[in-house]
Amino acid sequence: MSKDQKTIRHTFSVLTDNEPGVAARIIGLFSGRGYNIDSMTVAEVDPEKNLSRFTIVTTGTEMVLEQIRHQLERLVSSRAVKDLTADGPHLERELALIKVAGKDAKRIEALRLADVFRARVVDSSLESFVFEVTGSTEKVNAFINLMKELGIVEIARTGVAAMSRGAKGM
Amino acid sequence: MPTETMNGAQLLLRALTDQGVDTVFGYPGGAVLPIYDELFKQNSIRHILVRQEGGAVHAAEGYARSTGKTGVVLVTSGPGATNAVTGLTDALMDSIPIVCLTGQVPTHLIGNDAFQEADTTGITRPCTKHNYLVKSVNDVSRVVHEAFYVAKSGRPGPVVIDLPKDVLFAQGPYTPPPAAGKEHKNYRPRVKGDAHAIEQAVALMAKAKKPVFYCGGGVVNSGPRAAALLTELVKLTGFPITLTLMGLGAYPASDKQFLGMLGMHGLYEANWAMHDCDVMICIGARFDDRVTGRLDAFSPKSKKIHVDIDPSSINKNVRVDIPIVGDCGLVLEDMLKAWKAQKAQPDKKALGEWWRQIGEWRARNCLAYKPSKETVKPQFALERLYHHIKDKDFYVTTEVGQHQMWAAQFLKFEQPNRWMTSGGLGTMGYGLPAALGVQIAHPDALVIDVAGEASILMNIQEMSTIAQYRLPVKVFILNNEYMGMVRQWQELLHGGRYAESYMESLPDFVKLAEAFGAVGLRAEKPGDVDGLIREMIKVKKPVIADVRVDKAENCFPMIPSGKAHYEMILGDEAGKPGEQKVSEEGMVLV
Ligand SMILES: Cc1cc2nc3c(=O)[nH]c(=O)nc-3n(C[C@H](O)[C@H](O)[C@H](O)COP(=O)(O)OP(=O)(O)OC[C@H]3O[C@@H](n4cnc5c(N)ncnc54)[C@H](O)[C@@H]3O)c2cc1C
Ligand SMILES: Cc1ncc(C[n+]2csc(CCOP(=O)(O)OP(=O)(O)O)c2C)c(N)n1
Ligand SMILES: [Mg+2]
Repeated sequence: MSKDQKTIRHTFSVLTDNEPGVAARIIGLFSGRGYNIDSMTVAEVDPEKNLSRFTIVTTGTEMVLEQIRHQLERLVSSRAVKDLTADGPHLERELALIKVAGKDAKRIEALRLADVFRARVVDSSLESFVFEVTGSTEKVNAFINLMKELGIVEIARTGVAAMSRGAKGM
Repeated sequence: MPTETMNGAQLLLRALTDQGVDTVFGYPGGAVLPIYDELFKQNSIRHILVRQEGGAVHAAEGYARSTGKTGVVLVTSGPGATNAVTGLTDALMDSIPIVCLTGQVPTHLIGNDAFQEADTTGITRPCTKHNYLVKSVNDVSRVVHEAFYVAKSGRPGPVVIDLPKDVLFAQGPYTPPPAAGKEHKNYRPRVKGDAHAIEQAVALMAKAKKPVFYCGGGVVNSGPRAAALLTELVKLTGFPITLTLMGLGAYPASDKQFLGMLGMHGLYEANWAMHDCDVMICIGARFDDRVTGRLDAFSPKSKKIHVDIDPSSINKNVRVDIPIVGDCGLVLEDMLKAWKAQKAQPDKKALGEWWRQIGEWRARNCLAYKPSKETVKPQFALERLYHHIKDKDFYVTTEVGQHQMWAAQFLKFEQPNRWMTSGGLGTMGYGLPAALGVQIAHPDALVIDVAGEASILMNIQEMSTIAQYRLPVKVFILNNEYMGMVRQWQELLHGGRYAESYMESLPDFVKLAEAFGAVGLRAEKPGDVDGLIREMIKVKKPVIADVRVDKAENCFPMIPSGKAHYEMILGDEAGKPGEQKVSEEGMVLV
């Protein structure tokens, strides 16, 4: 496959004005132009300056990823766009809540594995636990895969939040 | 000192006036009545009452494209706003600056499925450059100023301001236009090109053996100065230049360095020069599929320079070697400086050989058509039209179809802002309202809508607007009784099965003209054409000229969808009806 056809996964950070419709603009941009959204998270990060920060994980060819960056930059509401994957080392974290129901040995095994993954028990009943696990997407996937054997009832994931390593900000 | 307060509608008009607005194209309705009430009480802004909101947006586009100003539209909520959507999309595709004011139900009713409520900001989000819902009267004037800045700066485009009715009645303070540099808190598109990239570009140009300038609508967007600088650079280098449909007029068409339009219905010499060049200098054009043809065969031997104000236009369809983000006017100025500073000497011998080759392509005479004594050939009609208007102060708009392409091929534009056509969206029905807008801006000029009989029916109601304001717009219909462009594709791609492309039950256009208080003229034989055109120009009234042309004529050259520049079909080589000329891959393309 040539450079122009191979698809790769990139994580973008987008700083925007926190105003109504910004999320719709970004989602509309992706769906309208046929780009993928693997995950998207957003929250206000600076109430004084009225800024929100989006973290968007997407896949595309190099040309498409370049387009995505420029398309995000040209939104009138966008303040700064960073392709974290292209710009060097960065951190990615997500949080998941995982409800596991089971009895006896399965219950004990679930607790033991949670300990290995540094997952916290945030709710428990006689038949269930809710675990909170934080980490890279891979780590969360691995934890979920193991828990599948032990009776997962439901999962909620936040999607990725990310930023570059080192002293500099966006 | 107490701050001045006014109601929302007054604030709006004050802000428009401070933005230099003298004309608004609109249509009233319940949600915008407070604005109409204020319009009634003043004299500085002229309101042009169209007959359908879609017409208002195209009229504003014609006004904007022919003046370089921002076009302003005013429509009511719900159906007023939804009728404007096609025009907004058209303006977005063709980078036309528009500010469209839409009425909205009062804020406390938003979301209640109120009477004539539509989610206007939701509907127009993908077809505007930006949009606003103004929820507080305190924001009205600030948002208006910002909207004008956004519509016009960087790559121009349409901006919608949605105004709930209660906001128009509420009292609030006026914010005057901000100082230069303070128009927006962060939106500041780059306009000055990177000096290093410009030097590299000029060095590459100086070494070129087969260069070509490929320029487009961006030069027109930038303004007449950019077109003058482009002309200077092209002259200085001695290179050939081709223009896109949107760029026509950015370089004088009668000059011998001009190769004509390129692309799907472009000239043989222009497309071959693009295919064979070794250096391509693209300025303010966006490598549209109508221009490139099959991408993997597009200009395979060239190094490419691309100047564009919108970084997302660069490397979108075609990879380029030297990208330069900036306004064409400013970049052209720097290119000229760099060319002079480097004392660049183009390779005279190579250029001579290149021009010799171009001369051979030109000799192919790709626009030739079979003249006829019995039927009016559309090309002939346009040649005659050009003959009669060329020394006049003229503006041309078009509808969409074969007539549009023939107009692009046969009419010559020596200046920018004289040619208004719907390129990106290809909106039938654009030409008549656009001509109306142009005539409002240039009351004494000769304004002609080159039309097809199918397209003209899409916004024919605007004849009534034309009558009301006594606009001497000339509608020059090349009436082939077919959706000619559709018929041509059916001939080429669908075995000559002309499904639904015949125009049944056409009105009598002469009587139709008279019904609208205009003059109706008809030509049926080649011998009638000159007389018709003379009369059309002479009468100081609107005219519908029904020119009955050859029903079977096709528009050539043509690069069928999915084909490369070198696979262009010429008129005299075209196959018989039904002969398959297009691959299956090409069939799925539009
Ligand atoms: C039936 C039909 C047939 C057609 N056939 C052809 C054909 O044969 N040939 C053809 O050329 N077209 C044809 N078109 C039109 C085509 O679809 C496109 O609209 C056209 O090619 C685009 O022109 P452009 O590249 O000049 O870009 P535009 O759409 O005019 O875009 C302008 C570009 O310049 C940039 N820009 C804007 N302002 C500035 C500035 N100040 N400084 C720098 N850059 C700026 C913009 O970002 C954009 O990239 C046809 C259309 C129809 C309806
Ligand atoms: C609103 C709209 N609907 C449909 C089309 C598709 N279309 C493109 S050209 C054309 C036919 C135009 O016919 P006419 O106006 O008679 O022009 P001609 O090609 O005959 O010169 C059609 C239907 C379009 N461009 N715009
Ligand atoms: Mg027709």
